[in-house]
Amino acid sequence: MSMDTDQLIKTLAADNAHRPRRVSSALALALLAAAPVSILMFTAELGVRPDVMTAMHNPFFDLKFAVTLALAAAAIAISLHLARPEASLRGFVWLLAIPAGLLVAGISGEMMMPQRLPMMTRLVGSNSRVCMTAVPLLSLPLLAAALVGLRHGAPTRPALAGAMAGLLSAALAATLYAAHCPDDSPLFVATWYTIGTAFVTAIGALAGSKVLRF
Amino acid sequence: MREREDEWTGLMRLAISGDSAAYHRLLKAITPVLRAAARRGLARAGQSVDQSEDIVQDILLAVHLKLHTWDANAPVAPWLFAIARNKLIDALRRRGRRIFINIDDFAETLADQPAAETASPTEVAAQLQTLPARQRDVLQSIAVESASIKDTATKFAMSEGAVRVALHRGLASLTAKLREP
Repeated sequence: MSMDTDQLIKTLAADNAHRPRRVSSALALALLAAAPVSILMFTAELGVRPDVMTAMHNPFFDLKFAVTLALAAAAIAISLHLARPEASLRGFVWLLAIPAGLLVAGISGEMMMPQRLPMMTRLVGSNSRVCMTAVPLLSLPLLAAALVGLRHGAPTRPALAGAMAGLLSAALAATLYAAHCPDDSPLFVATWYTIGTAFVTAIGALAGSKVLRF
Repeated sequence: MREREDEWTGLMRLAISGDSAAYHRLLKAITPVLRAAARRGLARAGQSVDQSEDIVQDILLAVHLKLHTWDANAPVAPWLFAIARNKLIDALRRRGRRIFINIDDFAETLADQPAAETASPTEVAAQLQTLPARQRDVLQSIAVESASIKDTATKFAMSEGAVRVALHRGLASLTAKLREP
């Protein structure tokens, strides 16, 4: 049996009716399937902090969610863009400035307010080790899902696309963790959340360079 | 060159709206360009141009299976050349040489004389043997015997839907097998 290029072309043309789902739907479906796993891990091991009803009136508690969700949205947009083979990062990296800007605004806001605790105490917080462990662990199911979703695309920069998958899964995991985290200072968030997120981003880049090639 | 790329984009838009004849014409039109670029890449890496047809078929399969990543509002050439470049680098790397390919290599070859296809059997043909029987039968019927989906369905007592599924799965598993080292 043989298959020359003309025959292959004929066969591909015969398969023109096939319409796979878009990368955005594939990514959304994969993340929706993995989210319950992370939520279950969160409720079983951590849970929402007991004083959540009062905490919600603290703008710095709310800011954590604004930062993590803005980061997740930016990383999702960049990942989907990188799923196109001809994509360049130009015009997309600035999306990451939104969560960073929110965090900087939060830090400056907190600096201008009278504080009960010294700066270093707020930065070190009370729960940094849990934070650095929980963010990576909660992000693992989401990272696996994001990689599955992005495999549906055609990323020609697989490590970079993988890093964005890591970033988006860490940001979603951090959104969950923020509901447990007793530390609300933007200094704490900028330090420990960032370390956990950077770690997952690096894992994502490593995994992406292996599994996102097409 | 410009008009030719615009023509490709037009054909591709027709193709994704369901016009298989336009899709066939598009694949026919891009193949000589891909072949010339594959030969150039192999020659530059100091390798035999005999393998160029493997690379061409690999690119065509990737183009087909990743069609949904093309934005119909964008021109098709940058998308196509990005896939081709990726596959060519991948092929050269697997053959043990790391080389950098300029995207202009593809654009330049537009002006070249189309190169003739080499006759030796390709990796795709070899991998065809390893597919599950049903997928292999359907692929052979359509590729080699030029049967339509409808005729293939009648021949194997399958529904047309089942033929389409077997066809697509066959192409996807061929591509997966080509990726194996």
